[in-house]
Amino acid sequence: MAHAHSVKRYKGLMDWLTTVDHKKIAILYLLSGGLFFAIGGFEAILIRLQLIKPMNDMLEAQTFNELITMHGTTMIFLGVMPIVFALMNAIIPLQIGARDVAFPFLNSLGFWTFLFGGILLNLSWVMGGAPDAGWTSYTPLSSTMYSPSHGVDFYTVGLQIAGLGTLIGGLNFLATIITMRAPGMSYMRMPMFTWASFVTSAMILFAFPAITVGLVLLTFDRVLGANFFNVDGGGNPVLWQHIFWIFGHPEVYILILPAFGIISEVIPTFARKRLFGYSSMVFATILIAFLGFMVWAHHMFTTGLGPVANALFSISTMLIAVPTGIKIFNWLFTMWGGQVKFNTANLFAVGFIPTFTMGGVTGVMLASAPADFQFHDTYFVVAHFHYVIVGGMVFGLLSGLHYWWPKMFGRVLNETLGKWTFWTFAIGFHMTFFVQHFLGLMGMQRRVFTYLPNQGFDTMNLVSTVGAFLMGVGIIFFTINIIKSFMQPKGCANDPWEDGRTLEWTIPSPPPEYNFKQIPLVRGLDAYWKEKAAGNTEMTPAEPIGPIHMPSPTIIPFVMSVGIFIAGLGLMFSGEEFSSSFMSFIFNNWIVCGLGLLITFGSMLMRSLFDDHGWHIEPEEFEEEGYKHG
Amino acid sequence: MKRLLPMLAIFSLFLAGCGREDLSVLRPQGPVAQGQYDLIKLSISIMLVVLVIVFAISAYVIIKFRRRPEHTEMPEQVEGNFKLEVIWTVIPLILVLVLAVPTVKEVFAFGEDHANDKNAIQVKVNAHQYWWEFEYPQFGITTAQDLIIPTNKKIAFELKTSDVIHSFWVPSLSGKLDTNPDGTLNRFSFSAPKEGVYRGKCAELCGPSHGFMEFKVKSVSPESFETWKAAMKAPMVAIEDKALAETFKNQCLTCHAVGDQGTAVGPNLTGVGSRESVASILLNSETNDEGNPVLENMKEWLHDPQLVKPGNKMPSPKDLGLTDAEIDGIAEYLANYKLEY
Repeated sequence: MAHAHSVKRYKGLMDWLTTVDHKKIAILYLLSGGLFFAIGGFEAILIRLQLIKPMNDMLEAQTFNELITMHGTTMIFLGVMPIVFALMNAIIPLQIGARDVAFPFLNSLGFWTFLFGGILLNLSWVMGGAPDAGWTSYTPLSSTMYSPSHGVDFYTVGLQIAGLGTLIGGLNFLATIITMRAPGMSYMRMPMFTWASFVTSAMILFAFPAITVGLVLLTFDRVLGANFFNVDGGGNPVLWQHIFWIFGHPEVYILILPAFGIISEVIPTFARKRLFGYSSMVFATILIAFLGFMVWAHHMFTTGLGPVANALFSISTMLIAVPTGIKIFNWLFTMWGGQVKFNTANLFAVGFIPTFTMGGVTGVMLASAPADFQFHDTYFVVAHFHYVIVGGMVFGLLSGLHYWWPKMFGRVLNETLGKWTFWTFAIGFHMTFFVQHFLGLMGMQRRVFTYLPNQGFDTMNLVSTVGAFLMGVGIIFFTINIIKSFMQPKGCANDPWEDGRTLEWTIPSPPPEYNFKQIPLVRGLDAYWKEKAAGNTEMTPAEPIGPIHMPSPTIIPFVMSVGIFIAGLGLMFSGEEFSSSFMSFIFNNWIVCGLGLLITFGSMLMRSLFDDHGWHIEPEEFEEEGYKHG
Repeated sequence: MKRLLPMLAIFSLFLAGCGREDLSVLRPQGPVAQGQYDLIKLSISIMLVVLVIVFAISAYVIIKFRRRPEHTEMPEQVEGNFKLEVIWTVIPLILVLVLAVPTVKEVFAFGEDHANDKNAIQVKVNAHQYWWEFEYPQFGITTAQDLIIPTNKKIAFELKTSDVIHSFWVPSLSGKLDTNPDGTLNRFSFSAPKEGVYRGKCAELCGPSHGFMEFKVKSVSPESFETWKAAMKAPMVAIEDKALAETFKNQCLTCHAVGDQGTAVGPNLTGVGSRESVASILLNSETNDEGNPVLENMKEWLHDPQLVKPGNKMPSPKDLGLTDAEIDGIAEYLANYKLEY
């Protein structure tokens, strides 16, 4: 009865294109996120090389502006966020004792739209020039009048497509965490990383529609000649700033909250102590998310909103320091009285605390509007947000990757190489960005492609560039470590750290397709730790062994995303005059755009008309359990 | 040790000086910048306290609670501590309050509008890609790039842009404010008690030459300011060579205004030879301790404006059909067009 219909199983490339398995999608996210991260990193190195000395003419001004725009956009939307999604995909279903996410089909669709959006954005480099108006794309600079190339179109269309993927992912994780927790796992027994991802997903749900609306309006202005941000047509460029930052500030917390979650997993594991003040950590996370939506105008103090708005947004911004401080002290007191082991994962986690605090305190300084009149748009701000995003987010991600690598791939990363990664990256990071605080205070504004000599900027810029190279070396160590790890055979223990506290450590590394042979019964916070403390070696199952229902692999999400990609290109070039009359014909008559939409909507129709009942894995097909620790 | 390094770095940097007097936020030269600097100092002090506490606890925890071979028993699993959690909620709240009160005070002080203040000198700043236009409506004077102000007078600005958003920033005199298009114009004011030249910059990305969109604020004695005003109102100094004068009239004055002649599309050139720089980025060695003589700068600029300032809107004189000799002649005329004040 369970085998009512057979399902086609793919191999090789086709397996990856059609997979709906959260673990494989996680690997896809990691691969593409890693690739974009490398591109963004390379752009950063070029930026720092250009700024190594005053009046450098290595890069042209226009190229420099394209590089800074693409560096910011790539790192945030295409580098760091997908790696977050990789970890969320790989770990959350395991942490809550589920066999997959709530909507595996959507999960795949989210990945492919993200990837095609990212590819579209990066195609700009070879298709007439990258976007050049900064990652914030302030109007009127981003209007067709002042940015006549298609660069900003690639930005608006690419980000809309990629943003679709993010929004889908966020919804999926909300539904997954709400509906698919194992029996006994109440909200207040969820691991902190799951909590952080839950809150992050809720933020995505509210923040991404704002940027989508903004990008649609900007696309209308640029492609169809609308006037939303054009003063001469009755529009208002300040409106764009509001829309952008109503998304943009929550986005910062969308980036950092998962890192908070990772740190809250890694530190307790390696300190062998439960997270100090778990419930206050949960509420601090929610409070940060809530306040995160109330502070967007602190990016606009110098826009001229008037003293009342500036005062209110100053205070609301400063208030975020309170829940963040709670978190910092809770982590420190988790270690207090513990037995802290400093392997690479924990080095990054512990290194995160002082580094992120430094980014946090400059954040409070920036919150003071009159002082911000001096800080704003200088290297002080550049230093601040890199301390938060790199010193916070990237440290968190590197910690999480080292920590969960064995679970994702069945192989432990090399510790020696890991320590080299940490020290080169951490020292390089502080070298690059610490001096930038002072550059800003001494009068160096940001986004300048070069600077005059004799302003006292030269030495510090040199130091900063050297530091950037050191960070690059750190990432190279990490890459070597990854390659080396794949040269060893699979098969590390279920719980390679021996002190795992949560459900992902109860199953083989990497987990079988169905994750849990039997869904476990959760009896408290840190479910696995609790069982171990009670002398049990494994979880109590919450169900008898039986056939497991699985979703079918499908190519439809991939095809659907290809359709959106084609439609996006068609939209962007709808007004273009090509040298070939055929090209002009198909683009100017919206044939390309229509074709893309046809593919997408056709795929949706297919999906709706043909029921997919999934398939079952029978108990006799269960994989041999990997060997267990203890 | 690693955590001490930043502190050491701070002190070594403080010893090395905090940047140029005419440019650095850390060496304020006027009351507005001073007020903002005081707030920066207050916030740095509070934040240093926070950092010291966090770093100290981190260091203690990292050293004291390392895992040792003798650790065979699991440590005690502590759920939390109500008292501690109240402490680290309340203390940050208090610290935030300490910073919030002067912040709000300064916000409103900075927001004071002197647009109708009879004693203030009104200046309309109009930002262009990539130059600054300064109009004095009370005196009917318009100039560019060098903003001349008298010492100890309130200068009330109205900021606008005629293209993209720029940001008007003179770090040693005041924080920045954006120049928006019509409808969202910004107002603020500052004053400079001391005579001197202060560097100003555009702080909002505005295109390729954003980094070169500099300007100078020159604060002079009230008497000099009066002389300057009169000099600005004098008719244009004529070019002796008739043919060159004709070329200048047909090719340059169609965009530029000089004295009582020309059109105000590009920067006003009255007395351009006595400014601090050519095209804001070529510093003149006559008044700066670096750079080249104004004549050389002027020639460099006029022979290839795009090379000096990529993306700027001035047509290249060569493209307009001017010969090298004509360009040099005009450069010479402009470089020698100086105002005495």
